[in-house]
Amino acid sequence: MLSLKRKTKGEAAFDFFNGFGMLLVCFATLYPIWYVLVNAFNEGQDGMRGGIYWWPRMFSVESFEAVFQSAGIMTAMGITVAKTVLGVLLHVFFTAMVAYAFSRRGLIGGKIYILIGTVTLFFGGGLIPTYLLIRDLHLLDNFLVYIIPALFSFFDLIIFMTFFREIPDGLEEAAKIDGANDWGIFLKVVLPVSLPVIATIALFHGVYQWNDYFAGVIYMNNMDLQPIQTYLYRVVAQSSSNQMVAAIPGGVGKTVTSQSIKLATMVVTTLPIVLVYPFLQKYFVKGMMIGSIKG
Amino acid sequence: MRHEAQSAAALAASTRAAKRSRWFRKLYGQRHVQVMALLGILWMIIFNYVPMYGIIIAFKEFNIVKPISAAPWVGWSHFQEFFQDESFVNVMRNTLGISLIKLAIGFPLPIIFALFLNEVRSVLFKRSVQTISYLPHFLSWVILGGILTTWLSDVGIVNHVLLALNVIKEPISYLAEPDYFWGIIITSDIWKELGWSAIIYLAAISSVSPEMYEAATIDGAGRFQKMWYVTLPSIKATISILFILAVSGVLNSNFDQILVLRNALNESASNVIDMFVYQTGMQQGRYSYATAVGLFKSVIALILLLIANRVTKKINNTSLF
Repeated sequence: MLSLKRKTKGEAAFDFFNGFGMLLVCFATLYPIWYVLVNAFNEGQDGMRGGIYWWPRMFSVESFEAVFQSAGIMTAMGITVAKTVLGVLLHVFFTAMVAYAFSRRGLIGGKIYILIGTVTLFFGGGLIPTYLLIRDLHLLDNFLVYIIPALFSFFDLIIFMTFFREIPDGLEEAAKIDGANDWGIFLKVVLPVSLPVIATIALFHGVYQWNDYFAGVIYMNNMDLQPIQTYLYRVVAQSSSNQMVAAIPGGVGKTVTSQSIKLATMVVTTLPIVLVYPFLQKYFVKGMMIGSIKG
Repeated sequence: MRHEAQSAAALAASTRAAKRSRWFRKLYGQRHVQVMALLGILWMIIFNYVPMYGIIIAFKEFNIVKPISAAPWVGWSHFQEFFQDESFVNVMRNTLGISLIKLAIGFPLPIIFALFLNEVRSVLFKRSVQTISYLPHFLSWVILGGILTTWLSDVGIVNHVLLALNVIKEPISYLAEPDYFWGIIITSDIWKELGWSAIIYLAAISSVSPEMYEAATIDGAGRFQKMWYVTLPSIKATISILFILAVSGVLNSNFDQILVLRNALNESASNVIDMFVYQTGMQQGRYSYATAVGLFKSVIALILLLIANRVTKKINNTSLF
């Protein structure tokens, strides 16, 4: 098509300005992140003067050293890793299991089950009744508060179900003839062929678990169990940056400031997600399509 | 005659029994799947339906040490109190103002972005732009709060640049000024979600038949005309569905973000319903009152959902239900 006809002047101008506009969007997207990065790698005291835009003025990794030496920050990081890994494994398994059951043709009560679930998409109890439930279940100040209330999502179930319905029946029939029961079919046939949708949901839920700070804010008074995002929230929103410096052991150079540690923590916290998502993106575009159109 | 009737009844009874035993056999056959399904139902009953039941404390005077059933009924008094609360007008103005502006600007921008990104010819460039544009979706609001406080502080880059350009004489503490708060909230939300929201439109656009574009080219349509007369009408259904979903979720979309960016100084612009519920409920322990306010918000959200559904149904025959 393109080579058949030469571009007209108008076409060329359009392509030029369009491409330029797209570059602007990319710049506007990346620059704020770049700005944090170069400032985090600048020496703390010097960074206070501001004016570091493109490259560190005085390159230093001291802020990062301080972050990795701070027991408080590392504990919070460990909690985040634990709740993300455990949360994703259990959420994917549990939601897929229920979705497999719901997707079975001829399931007695199937229509009612779907109705029960659909209602949850539009109605909820809100903050206070949910808090009271969590309290009554003795999940306050309990690590499981990150896992159990996030175990299941009807929205994710729809994505799973749409995918499961496209698995050819023959596959399940064959397993049945080989003597597998429904658990066997689910574990040995359905899950292994569903890797694309598993990757999608794992990414969605992983991002949720990694980024969620609110559960830590309202359900957790025990500081040893707060995730890194909640830790950062307390620093960012409540401007208690001095706490951060106080948490740093004295051995580090005095050039580290609360601001530079905050920036370094932000970089360390964000890095894992930025590293993971390019590998999973081919899956989630499809997953999002299924979810949004049928949702 | 009687004999016949009896045998007919007996026959009916036996077929009913046979049917029932077949039903039980079927149920037994799917016992494993039923267990899986019921585990999900059990979870939903506990974590979705029990809190819905808990909403009744909005009509009671709930005491934290006693069960809900023991609380005395108080009717609509919590709602009346909220309507007479001195911050009611301010809270409603902030909630609806931020939500509606977000909808008016934040909803069409990803569509426009998708339309123009679709016109990029180089596949590699297109894919790179897309990958970069949805990166911010994966950052948390806490991280964004950190970025924004850094940018908008007295020695931050925004003040630096504006001072250098002589636009302002003295540095401004943007997050301490209520006047700037809505702008910050709306801009940062768009920055975070523009690329992510565009994915779905790009996917819809990619399924538009190339013949339509060829036909339009033959008719002499330019690039803008093709966007307007071919691409846009082709993704109308997707736009409608996403619009309904956006409207129904719009009142909920602010809280994570506002909790990070609000402070005592910008309170007059940042106090939205969710914030009010959080403060009266979680911080002051007025559970019944806060639940009533939260319920009031849910009702508004439901009304908005129904209106949006009705409007899109009328305009182009697409609706959620």
